[in-house]
Amino acid sequence: MPQLESLKDAIAKALPELDVVIAWGRGLDALGATPLFITKPEDLDDMILGPSCVHNLATYLPGLRDRKVGIVVKGCDSRSVIELLQEGLADRDNLTVFGFACSGVVNVPRLRGAADRHPVQSMEHDSGQVRLQTDTGPVALPEAEALAAKCLTCTEPEALICDHFAGPHGTAERAAASGNPQGTLERLEAMDFESRFRFWEQEMSRCLRCYACRSACPLCVCQDHCAAQSRNPHWVTQEDTPREKLMFQAIHALHLAGRCTECGECERACPMDIPVLALKQALNREIHRLFDYRAGTDPQATPPLFHFKETEENIKERDW
Amino acid sequence: MPVLEGKELRIIGFLCNWCSYGGADTAGVGRFAQPTDLRIVRLPCTGRINPLFIVRALLNGTDGVLVSGCHPRDCHYTAGNFYARRRMEVLKALLPVLGIDPLRFEYTWVSASEGNRWQTVVREFTAQIHGLGPAPAFAQEASEQAQAVLKAVI
Repeated sequence: MPQLESLKDAIAKALPELDVVIAWGRGLDALGATPLFITKPEDLDDMILGPSCVHNLATYLPGLRDRKVGIVVKGCDSRSVIELLQEGLADRDNLTVFGFACSGVVNVPRLRGAADRHPVQSMEHDSGQVRLQTDTGPVALPEAEALAAKCLTCTEPEALICDHFAGPHGTAERAAASGNPQGTLERLEAMDFESRFRFWEQEMSRCLRCYACRSACPLCVCQDHCAAQSRNPHWVTQEDTPREKLMFQAIHALHLAGRCTECGECERACPMDIPVLALKQALNREIHRLFDYRAGTDPQATPPLFHFKETEENIKERDW
Repeated sequence: MPVLEGKELRIIGFLCNWCSYGGADTAGVGRFAQPTDLRIVRLPCTGRINPLFIVRALLNGTDGVLVSGCHPRDCHYTAGNFYARRRMEVLKALLPVLGIDPLRFEYTWVSASEGNRWQTVVREFTAQIHGLGPAPAFAQEASEQAQAVLKAVI
């Protein structure tokens, strides 16, 4: 894989200047990658690149602010990096970004299911198919089923911001246009309000309150000061009810309004498979309509809720 | 309360101290009759509104939320209502996805002298909420089960 080799070369050259480079490493099998923290040249041997590199590594950046950090990013991850830079949660001077042409990452739980939970020896993604080799035989899935939902509608396969780019631009294999895949948001919109309310009540009753969605989110940076843990004001009680769990999701979505880059980490990290990204997508769509703004595309932009216009072109106020 | 039992819905009004709270007062002083469903919370400015106030109120079973402040360009603190307007517009996109009818939440601007306008706003909004009926409630099964377990243990 020439892309991986050229990326390794670039990292090896930059490594003496850096404290750590964050990339993806080999996991337990070909389907499970794991974040890899490269501090010495030998660590590069464990580095991998491919459809199993699902993690958004930008999540680690706010915790490593004072260090010289290198980071390998997919196109979607680069938007999180831009958003962190924009908000002053990462310093451009301390950051070296390695980009590559991403051909999409897989939906790991779905492939685990397709492989019947057998260990996967190898995974290939080309010509519209993802092929797994398990110890019981080969499994092939069409892209539309095997790839993460965000990859099917991806518009940024290459990093929007980077210092080193591996391989020629424009070589990312794009998911074949498979119609408009129906996401949770579209499904919700086909329902009436009462059914949507019951939908969330049902989904949230599964929630464990593990807060993996919060931990995985690259823009949830309050750490010990999260509103969900605050006793005064007591935004969320400790009761184990859908109401409190849905309240937390509302907090998460509203605190990400105008900041969320839809990297999908919240939904991917959820052990109960609750489609929490839909709330953020709804807000993003409205923010794009109202303010013509997309988070994580311009490090110099001001987030839409940090400023205002006296006359808002797209806001129609009610006339009483 | 018994007279109005079952006839009243719960509507919360978040009012800015400088304009709408004064406007509501003017309406009271002028004896403009208004429906009694609205409970008012006084805030220093609509810029103090955290959209989570509104979400929390609605998830806790409020039937409607009304936010009212100074007219644009009239804010006591210059720009509070401009920021609030953007936040509340964004919030309006979240409510329907959560399954809460967006008509249960409205915001408007009423100045301290507009007692008449305040009466109109309260009347129309209350009628709107009565048209929608009581807000959908959580089934609370989880909590009841937990309490049953707790009772059995203790």
